[in-house]
Amino acid sequence: MSTADTITFSQSINQALDEAMAADPKVFVLGEDIADAQGGGVFKATAGLSAKYGTDRVRTTPIAEQAIMGAAIGSAIAGYRPVAEIMFMNFLTVCMDQLVNHAAKLRFMSGGKTWVPLTVRCTTGAGVGFGGQHSDMLEAWFAHVPGMKVVSASNPAEAKGLLLSAIEDDDPTLVIEDIMMYAQKGPALEAGVKVPLGKARVRREGDDVTVITYGRPVKTVDAIAEDLAKEGIGVEVIDLRTISPFDAETVLNSVAKTRRAVIVHEAIKAHGVGAEVSARIHEELFSDLKAPVQRIGSKYAPVPFSPPLEQAFLYSPEEITSAIRRVLG
Amino acid sequence: MTKSNDIDPEKLLEIYRRSMRVFKTDERFREMLTSGKLRLVYYPVRGQEVLSASMMCALKPDDYLVTTYRGVHDQVSKGIPLKDLWAEFTGKVTGTCKGKGGPMHITDPDSGVMVTTGIVGGGLPIANGLALSSQLAGDGRVTVVSFGDGSSNIGAFHESLNLASIWKLPVIFLCQNNRYGEHTAYAASTAAKQIIDRAPGYDMAAIRVNGNDPIEMYNAAREAVERARAGEGPTLIEAMTYRMLGHTFGADFSYVPKDLQQEAKEKDPIPLFKKMMLDRGTSEKALAAIEDEITKELDEAVEHALSSDFPEIDEIRFDVLKEEIPA
Repeated sequence: MSTADTITFSQSINQALDEAMAADPKVFVLGEDIADAQGGGVFKATAGLSAKYGTDRVRTTPIAEQAIMGAAIGSAIAGYRPVAEIMFMNFLTVCMDQLVNHAAKLRFMSGGKTWVPLTVRCTTGAGVGFGGQHSDMLEAWFAHVPGMKVVSASNPAEAKGLLLSAIEDDDPTLVIEDIMMYAQKGPALEAGVKVPLGKARVRREGDDVTVITYGRPVKTVDAIAEDLAKEGIGVEVIDLRTISPFDAETVLNSVAKTRRAVIVHEAIKAHGVGAEVSARIHEELFSDLKAPVQRIGSKYAPVPFSPPLEQAFLYSPEEITSAIRRVLG
Repeated sequence: MTKSNDIDPEKLLEIYRRSMRVFKTDERFREMLTSGKLRLVYYPVRGQEVLSASMMCALKPDDYLVTTYRGVHDQVSKGIPLKDLWAEFTGKVTGTCKGKGGPMHITDPDSGVMVTTGIVGGGLPIANGLALSSQLAGDGRVTVVSFGDGSSNIGAFHESLNLASIWKLPVIFLCQNNRYGEHTAYAASTAAKQIIDRAPGYDMAAIRVNGNDPIEMYNAAREAVERARAGEGPTLIEAMTYRMLGHTFGADFSYVPKDLQQEAKEKDPIPLFKKMMLDRGTSEKALAAIEDEITKELDEAVEHALSSDFPEIDEIRFDVLKEEIPA
């Protein structure tokens, strides 16, 4: 991997789609406004692809999420590898039936006779000023549905590597992209390299406390760990990358070593992914823990519009730092 | 090619055979439920047999079908082996889906039955996807999605017709208008006078037929199939029929007016079809032979289902994801 910050998050996604389409004629992309004639996607993730692969394989759809998801599911059953772009994660609520009742369950309900190699990309995240209906982090909903995988990347290279794996995977996979990260630059991933699904990454080793996170907060947690290292506090940082099924082994091994854990996510704290991770840690390692597991998430409220409220809604670096200090005693 | 008001005698006989297979299958399910030999929630298809048999006879074996929880007639007509179907309905490992799908979720790709959904209207968007795959692959397959009149009131119906029309997908929307959505009569739930009134809004070819008349139904189906195969896009067929029993078998049926029930009895498509076959010169003996053959096949299917094993409990870990779930 090159170390130069050469590529943005959205360019990296574009590159993944390009490579996947070049490698496999069964891969095609569909979604609202995604072809070049409509602007190449609202965040340009698909820019240039229709020029290269044609509008049969880069299909702009009506604003009709059930139709998009159904077209993707049906073609996936028949052997295609569709990548459906749902412009904002909140719009997944419009096609929950297709995703939850059909995509996630068809392999099981058919006794393995059919499967749904579907990738769904969506964007979301607070901080842009979109307010309540374009900013939710709903990953816990989908993690709660057996039969689908949920991933979220924390940097451009891994965004590409995870997306390539999702497209290649034979199960429906939801890829969550944080709008606030689209312009973020990072080292590019070399052609042909993928990031495996279901494997967390230990970003930084440390002996005192494990912080488990994914997506946008990873960068914040990295910075906090760097600061705390100066005080001699060893923070082990784990990026889950795949939210469901989550890599419990990596998490539990780390916490068994540090005996302290903090979980950080952008989604609201209540009933979030942190609750599951925390419960697993308590179930397996309760007697080894030196302190109860701490969770940091956003506030229990719809995402507000007014900028100070929107900032207050989000988890803060200070909260993370104080949670780490709290478990250290 | 036959004239649109007539039909090839061989084809008619095949429709008859499939109609009787459906009729006898449905009858056997109800008998076994009544006698307590079987326990399941059953959605009877009494009255809709001919419609389905006629549609499926217009298809090739590898054409795709998406149907609903009230789908036994579609599944049998499309060609799922009765043994596999019965085993799935009874939750046995020998079933089409290893007993993991059950009556409302029958899948059998070998006979083209790709999805059976328990969600009213949920199959229409998926049918578009199957049709899209055929369009992209150029494999000439047609997809039929079967649904009731109640389905036309959910958003997915409208999204699906719109998308199919703009993309000219080789899909046939087969509305089996049986006049009731669960316990609610057509007029109480559907603002359009007839379902096909919705098609012009999507610039879609549409045809309303007596679904219980095999010749009329088959010719409408054939026309839609030809249109789809020719790349001329989707068709909405509104096939008029009547659900002669309740939403679920054994449920109260008093909400259906007595005169409508009486009228339906007089128009029961099965005896009418039998009379048509006799009038056209098929012998009583030939028709009885068809029934005997089906009865024998059903006896074997039921025996197979009852004597098959339930799936191992460990099966719960498989087919959730491609990778097995840890024990």
